[in-house]
Amino acid sequence: MTTFTLNGKKMSSDAPGDTPLLWVIRDEFGLKGTKFGCGIAMCGACTVHMNGNPMRSCSLPLSAVNNADIRTIEGLEGSHPLQQAWVEEQVPQCGYCQSGQIMQAAALLANKANPSDEEIVQHMSGNLCRCMSYVRIKRAIKKVAQSSDSTIQIYDPKRNTVVGSAAAQASEKQGVS
Amino acid sequence: MSRIKNAKSAGVNRRQFLIGSAGAGVMLAFAPLLPACSADSASERLNKKRFNPTIWFEIDQSGAILVNVTRAEMGQHVGTALARIVADELGADWNRVSFNHVDTDPKWGYMVTGGSWSVFQSYVPMSQAGAAGREALIEAAAELLGVAAKDCRTENSQVICGSQRLDFADIVKRGKIDKTYSEDQLAKFSPKKPDNRQLIAKPSRALDIPVKTTGEAQYGIDVELEGMIYARPLIPPTRYGSTVLNVDDSGAKAVKGYLGYEVLSDPSDILQGWVSVLADSYYGAVKAADAIKVEYRAGETANVSEEDLIAEGEKLVADKTAGGLFVDHGDIDAAAQRSEKSIEGSYRTASALHFALEPVNAAVDFKDGVCHVYTGNQWQSLFLPVVAKAVGLGEDNVVIHQHYLGGGFGRRLAGDYMVPAALTAKATGKPVKLVFTREDDSRFDCIRSPSVQHFTAYWGGEGDLLGIEHAAAAGWPTLTMAPGFMPDSVDKKTKVDSFSISGADHWYSLDHHRVRAINNPLAQKTFVPGWLRAVGPGWIGWGVESFMDEVAHAQGEDPAEFRLSLLDAKGKNAGNAPEAVGGAKRLANVLRETTRKAGWGRKLPANEGLGVAVAAGQERTMPTWSACVAHVKVDPESGQVTVLKLTSVMDCGTVVHPDGALAQTEGAMLWGLSLALHEGTAIKDGQVADNNLNSYQPLRMKDVPDMDISFVQNTEFPTGLGEPGLIAVAPAIGNAIFNAVGARLRNLPIRPADVKAAMQA
Repeated sequence: MTTFTLNGKKMSSDAPGDTPLLWVIRDEFGLKGTKFGCGIAMCGACTVHMNGNPMRSCSLPLSAVNNADIRTIEGLEGSHPLQQAWVEEQVPQCGYCQSGQIMQAAALLANKANPSDEEIVQHMSGNLCRCMSYVRIKRAIKKVAQSSDSTIQIYDPKRNTVVGSAAAQASEKQGVS
Repeated sequence: MSRIKNAKSAGVNRRQFLIGSAGAGVMLAFAPLLPACSADSASERLNKKRFNPTIWFEIDQSGAILVNVTRAEMGQHVGTALARIVADELGADWNRVSFNHVDTDPKWGYMVTGGSWSVFQSYVPMSQAGAAGREALIEAAAELLGVAAKDCRTENSQVICGSQRLDFADIVKRGKIDKTYSEDQLAKFSPKKPDNRQLIAKPSRALDIPVKTTGEAQYGIDVELEGMIYARPLIPPTRYGSTVLNVDDSGAKAVKGYLGYEVLSDPSDILQGWVSVLADSYYGAVKAADAIKVEYRAGETANVSEEDLIAEGEKLVADKTAGGLFVDHGDIDAAAQRSEKSIEGSYRTASALHFALEPVNAAVDFKDGVCHVYTGNQWQSLFLPVVAKAVGLGEDNVVIHQHYLGGGFGRRLAGDYMVPAALTAKATGKPVKLVFTREDDSRFDCIRSPSVQHFTAYWGGEGDLLGIEHAAAAGWPTLTMAPGFMPDSVDKKTKVDSFSISGADHWYSLDHHRVRAINNPLAQKTFVPGWLRAVGPGWIGWGVESFMDEVAHAQGEDPAEFRLSLLDAKGKNAGNAPEAVGGAKRLANVLRETTRKAGWGRKLPANEGLGVAVAAGQERTMPTWSACVAHVKVDPESGQVTVLKLTSVMDCGTVVHPDGALAQTEGAMLWGLSLALHEGTAIKDGQVADNNLNSYQPLRMKDVPDMDISFVQNTEFPTGLGEPGLIAVAPAIGNAIFNAVGARLRNLPIRPADVKAAMQA
């Protein structure tokens, strides 16, 4: 039995420990937003966050996530600034890789408020977009990065679902609207 | 290929357009002219749902407009583009428009999404359908308001008559609509004047995008059926002729959830020597399949290599009796005899994969004698009969339910992946979801065939270019998958796959021009050749535009000026209305514009160069005029090529969905770059050698150059855009390498070692 937190909820699975997390998320827990692409951690379509770090769930055995905090695209609840930027910049074409692209980019912006072009390219080049929507992916990330000087925290071990800029959270805590 | 384009009309000789109250709303649809129901009114017939539209739509009592789309959504935002055509003519409020991708009920008519045809084919009928809808709504509103219809217009989903307004919702609720338009009546509606358009060619957001940012978009792989089990196929050693001799699943029995295997017997003959492995989870099926040992008798192509296929192609292009003529203009033999000078060039492309990111898959359920297939597919009408044959049912008893496609690029024009799912569901008597692993998907891909092209250019004594002879050999997709769509060759010797030669019939005026299309039979029996994005022109263009450059240099002329001199728009290159108004003039225009924007002719640092190429889209009967200038830098030590910038001007006539058009062209051009420098595999032992990203390496974000893409702003007939941006990129890069370091590259993909070798040649 493996127990972990999935998008803020405690979950447990009795799938064999070598089962990639991807299939547990998709087929046992029904969260289909995380996609199967290559199965060897080289396309990024299956990217989820484990304790805030982007991980390729197709190659992450269930046994490795015991007690971990896992967040998937559904865990952004449609309210991450990147998701809005993805719509504003009309990024997706077929859309199949985009959950992974957004999760990968979200991990970047959680650690770095204003990444340089080179940092964006380096961070994102492990994610394949077969439609080759790269120009727009980069533009959307830059747009969000430029809109704020704060990192965008998603994973917070003390709070279960947090999406928003660090500044917004700070003002929320201070009761400033 | 115009035969496939027009296939939608097969079996429907005359149609009517019906507008009438049906259910709780108003429905608008094309319907066949059937004697049996000719006495019924439009409303009665719509209620019986006997219609055969390329598109149909309905307006409910809240004024919501639902456009039903038969085309597959695979990233081109086709539903948005098509719905906007209808909505613009109707005078609809775009915020109240949505669309739905329909299943394969025969009443929807012929279903294919490919060839960059969707907007091109739908523009006129959908404009007319929208205009007829507008007229019917206006008439109903005029009656309700007691005014003359001629004084009314529509805007924002309202009929406006002077100071009075009536919302479409109110008209649907209160009005009486029951109209039938004949084809002739419908033909009287011509699309709105460009100045009056509210939606077409205006900025817009694609309706399918929001769900593609939240994980909610449902692809075939996401389908869940009640009580389903999972399957993974085992792919035999050869595409044809393999037989299963023995299956040893003792190793699989330890896998948790393993449910056994099925040796598939396929009356449709798509699958030869297949086993599917079953489990109660997909990973269980993957693991069990890895543990199962199957002994095969392999088919005759088990030892075929890429070298064998290329050698066969070389032999065929050299044999002047092989193949059939696709172009035979002037008298190339006579020109060759009196020529004083000639040059030759031979161009090759390697096997290339589709590598759509969603591995092919299908979920299948038999219910009440009907086989329900849930998947994403581009050519339902081609493979539905195949599935029917495989499972032994009539075509009426197979339904394909459409989902989003995690990439199409031509892979999902073939629906072969539905067959193992259907056979497994039939054999087990349970709903089955069958998913290919990435490696299985690559091995079962209908690859872009390796190809060989040979060119000879002839000059007379005055240094005047007499003509060009061209031969191209490859595996032909249409020969295997849809042979009925192959036209006769010009010399009536044989049928040719125009999808595998289109682009050779270019828009340059030559006195003597001959093109021979040749099937490579070894390719044909080793694998199923596929249609890959940009299809024939995608690799034909590599040869045509690289060789044009060689000819220009042989004449000592600037390659852009040389091309312009041949794009005189005379004779057959003058172009036809409506789709090719202006002909080669428009190609010359985009060439001039592109070279101007790219600073053609400017001085560059050592080892850098600009190269140019042009393309006229997917076919002469649907030209999308484009030019590309590539700016490259070559490292002379390693032969490594870096593309610094791609500049392109496209002319596709009216740009229906401008941002979608730009997105398609960005993607298509990067595909062109990827196929030029990054992608290529080889057939080894009868199968593709590279089946995952560890060795098959499409372009990544770090490889993206600067891009400058623009569209000619005009109001000509809209042509296709999903593919044409790809075509000119590879030859522009090859020509730029020549201008940078004097190396003429003739093989795709361009590899550093080949660049070094060509520099030393």
